[in-house]
Amino acid sequence: MIIESWVLVLLQVLLYAALAPLLTGWIRKVKARLQNRRGASIFQPYRELYKLFTKEARMAHTASILYRAAPYIVFVATWLAASAIPLVATGLPTAAIADVIVIAGLLGLARFFLALAGMDVGTAFGGMGASREMLVSALAEPAMLMAMFTLAMTAHTTNLSSMVDYQMASGNILRPSYMFALAGLMLVAIAETGRIPVDNPATHLELTMIHEAMILEYSGRHLALMEWAAQLKLMLYGTLLANIFFPWGIALKADMPSLGIGLLLVMIKLAVLGIVLAAGESVLAKMRVFRVPAFLNLAFLLALLGLLSHVILEVGS
Amino acid sequence: MTTHPALVLAGLSIGFALASSAISIAALWMPRVLRMVAMPLIALSGLSATAAGLLIMIHGGVSTFELPLGLPWLPWHIRIDALSGFFFCVIGVVSFAVGVYGPGYIRSFENGRDSLPALGGFTGLFLVGMLLVVLADDAFLFMVAWEVMSLSSYFLVAFHHDNAANRRAAFLYLLMAHIGGLAILLGFGVLASFGNGFAFDAMRGAHLSFVWASVTFALVFIGFGMKAGLVPLHAWLPEAHPVAPSHISALMSGVMLKVAVYGFIRVVFDLIGQFHWQWGVVILTIGSISAIMGVLFAMMQSDLKRLLAYSSVENLGIIFVGLGLSILFLGTGQMALGALAFVAALYHTINHALFKSLLFLGAGAILHSANEHNMEKMGGLLRRMPWTGGFFLIGCISISALPPFNGFVSEWLTFQAALQSWQLESGVLRSLVPISAAILALTGALVAATFVKVYGVSFLGQARSRPVRRARLVPLSMRYGQGILALLCVFLGVLPTSVLELINVVPLQLMGHGLVHATSQGWLWLTPISPQTASYGAFLVAVALVAALILGLWFFGRGIRRTRRCDAWDCGFAPPVPSMQYTATAFAQPFRRVFGLLFHINEGVERQNDGRQRYSLSMKDRTWNIFYAPVARAVEAASRRVTRLQSGNVRIYLGWSLATLLLLLWVIA
Repeated sequence: MIIESWVLVLLQVLLYAALAPLLTGWIRKVKARLQNRRGASIFQPYRELYKLFTKEARMAHTASILYRAAPYIVFVATWLAASAIPLVATGLPTAAIADVIVIAGLLGLARFFLALAGMDVGTAFGGMGASREMLVSALAEPAMLMAMFTLAMTAHTTNLSSMVDYQMASGNILRPSYMFALAGLMLVAIAETGRIPVDNPATHLELTMIHEAMILEYSGRHLALMEWAAQLKLMLYGTLLANIFFPWGIALKADMPSLGIGLLLVMIKLAVLGIVLAAGESVLAKMRVFRVPAFLNLAFLLALLGLLSHVILEVGS
Repeated sequence: MTTHPALVLAGLSIGFALASSAISIAALWMPRVLRMVAMPLIALSGLSATAAGLLIMIHGGVSTFELPLGLPWLPWHIRIDALSGFFFCVIGVVSFAVGVYGPGYIRSFENGRDSLPALGGFTGLFLVGMLLVVLADDAFLFMVAWEVMSLSSYFLVAFHHDNAANRRAAFLYLLMAHIGGLAILLGFGVLASFGNGFAFDAMRGAHLSFVWASVTFALVFIGFGMKAGLVPLHAWLPEAHPVAPSHISALMSGVMLKVAVYGFIRVVFDLIGQFHWQWGVVILTIGSISAIMGVLFAMMQSDLKRLLAYSSVENLGIIFVGLGLSILFLGTGQMALGALAFVAALYHTINHALFKSLLFLGAGAILHSANEHNMEKMGGLLRRMPWTGGFFLIGCISISALPPFNGFVSEWLTFQAALQSWQLESGVLRSLVPISAAILALTGALVAATFVKVYGVSFLGQARSRPVRRARLVPLSMRYGQGILALLCVFLGVLPTSVLELINVVPLQLMGHGLVHATSQGWLWLTPISPQTASYGAFLVAVALVAALILGLWFFGRGIRRTRRCDAWDCGFAPPVPSMQYTATAFAQPFRRVFGLLFHINEGVERQNDGRQRYSLSMKDRTWNIFYAPVARAVEAASRRVTRLQSGNVRIYLGWSLATLLLLLWVIA
């Protein structure tokens, strides 16, 4: 039983790493279709990663050892955070190792090193990206935790797996607090994964980039790891939204059919989320950096409303 | 009653500290003695203090002793219990690291003009004062020790007294320390008059009404809060802490502030012994404000030591958030949750002592080898000082509350306590507590931003000035001092359960409640409430991180190990030069813009007469105008009134004397 569940953990972890580029490819494809382009194949991100991994890495003369280590730390921390979020099944042992606050902490660790790596070479763009990234994340953090607290106070646990179990057990009750938390968390997810309107993952326009500015100097396998980590993070937030708020179909038992259904359903859910994200990105323009605080304040406010409506409306539930 | 071995060790540590003080004063003409003898004695004192603390916490029990010193009718009472044992550990560990670090650091003072005997003498006395505060079992000894601590640290703050700004900082510190001391004294006065005695035992027996208890609470909260640097009573802290020598800054920020926390816990949790949720709300509010304001101020600084001092305000805020939550839960009858929040606060206390001292020692190392404390002139130090750079990075990650280091554990525990607010009866409290948790989350993220700035600007990139470019490695002793603290930061982060079991003794002895399930799942799992509610496998996270890192390095670094060095690309513009890097001020600019309302900011670009542009920025603390300026004005106005008495006429003076005498006679009669 123990071994079986750890095998499942390993499988899920590998699934995260394997599926993350696919999600990115899917979003790009949908976006291209919405813009009346044919777009690249949805497997294009895999090819890009492969290309980068086989290329030589170049480093600035001024880069220190931290610059070399950062891609690995960023990728591993993000991956570890992802492994604690139930993808196809609940009740896995990793969920007990890291609850939602630890996940936020691991993402914070990844971000910390990402920002440091941006500052390491000593270029102006790297520092700019780091400064902006830290601002955005600082404002997103309370909103994210507030939304998570709303869920945690309803389910009386910060353990994501137990949260999902609670959701499944309590049936399809429409809770206003969940709606607010969902809306808040969606805005946070957009900001944290660097999507339009907060940041544009496709831009290299000098003064508007945030995430791209930090990894500007990277190349070869280092860049591949950074890109992969970003794709993982996108998938992580997607899974978080999909499986916490809409946990239908997730495998509660560890047998083949329910795992298969779980995988199929989570892929469908992520695909739908991808379409929503692509549609949003197609109709919105990127905001000015100093409009982002207002955007994240809205996210915080929504999450706060969620919490208050839980306290006021759902007492005793 | 036999004397507990812990008490003997505690006495020993005080003896060592006194000896260190005496020897450095005696060795007036031999500055080397300070380095060779006095600093190692400090380390020994720290070691025995840690041993005493650990012993009493592991063995439990309480040990008391009476010293035939002090007033004739009031001998000095000494008592060591789990709470003082815990704080003995805090003081001891940091003093040990400082004692190891010190010899290398003060070597640079030996050729200077500053008086080394004064430095060594007051360092020893400072340590004695802090240890005695924690040992004291009556108000008299407590206040004497408290004043020894305050006064000796005043002289240490004023150590570099050539600089007028330092003298001003020291005076401000002295002033605030005494106002705080007065408030504490008044608080003890209330307790003593209700308990009929200055001994803490008598005070514990006092039966206070809610009003008197609240008066006492308010007095000691102001008194200890002033020492702990809570907003708005923090003004002295960022002035005083940075100007002392760095190892003293480490002691002041890492330990002395904790002594204030100790005093607060001793008086409120032990002596007053009653809990009201209203107090909890007050502490929670002040703590949250301190946390957020402290980190915002820290973000705006470009002087490294000043930044660290402001960050202490923030961390003390977090500790008081924990204490506030604890009182709130205890006041509403949730004993187990109260103990949880209390433990979280204590955990953060030791964590902050470790990583803040580590960071101050790191700042001292930079000061030692590059003679620089302004971050705008640093850069690229990681390559010049790899050891200090590595230790400093551990400190930065720890203070930013990132797993798997120690800062995260205490923050996680505080969050867990706050998340249990659904168990509270009142809806207002139930929504208030999560909001303070959200402020904590914002604080945590801002701290991470601040320390990205600190590390990125000072240790990464390229050197911005000549001395920094030529910085050299610091002596071994300084590296060891930092290394000890860095190791402890990792240890407390990776094995929180063993530490928690030890800390758990304190609330058990103090309130009779502790954490029941915290370590029930074995040493791997930290489950503060129950395994279903929340669990954290710190060791497993650390192992997974390290294992995955090694695997990743092996897997991806294998066949294609080629890495070529080239110029930085920087979007294809000219190769970057050091002055093109983002500075500390530039890094903070978005934050200044978003949180600007909370400060007085004057920022602008002026064109000068020679046609060049000049950027100017000045930032002021709004609390100066709101709290301090009115008080200063009122005091000045009052003293101007009083000077009217001073007419210069002898007969009028005699008249005043007579009037005073008559008044006193009337009062006595």
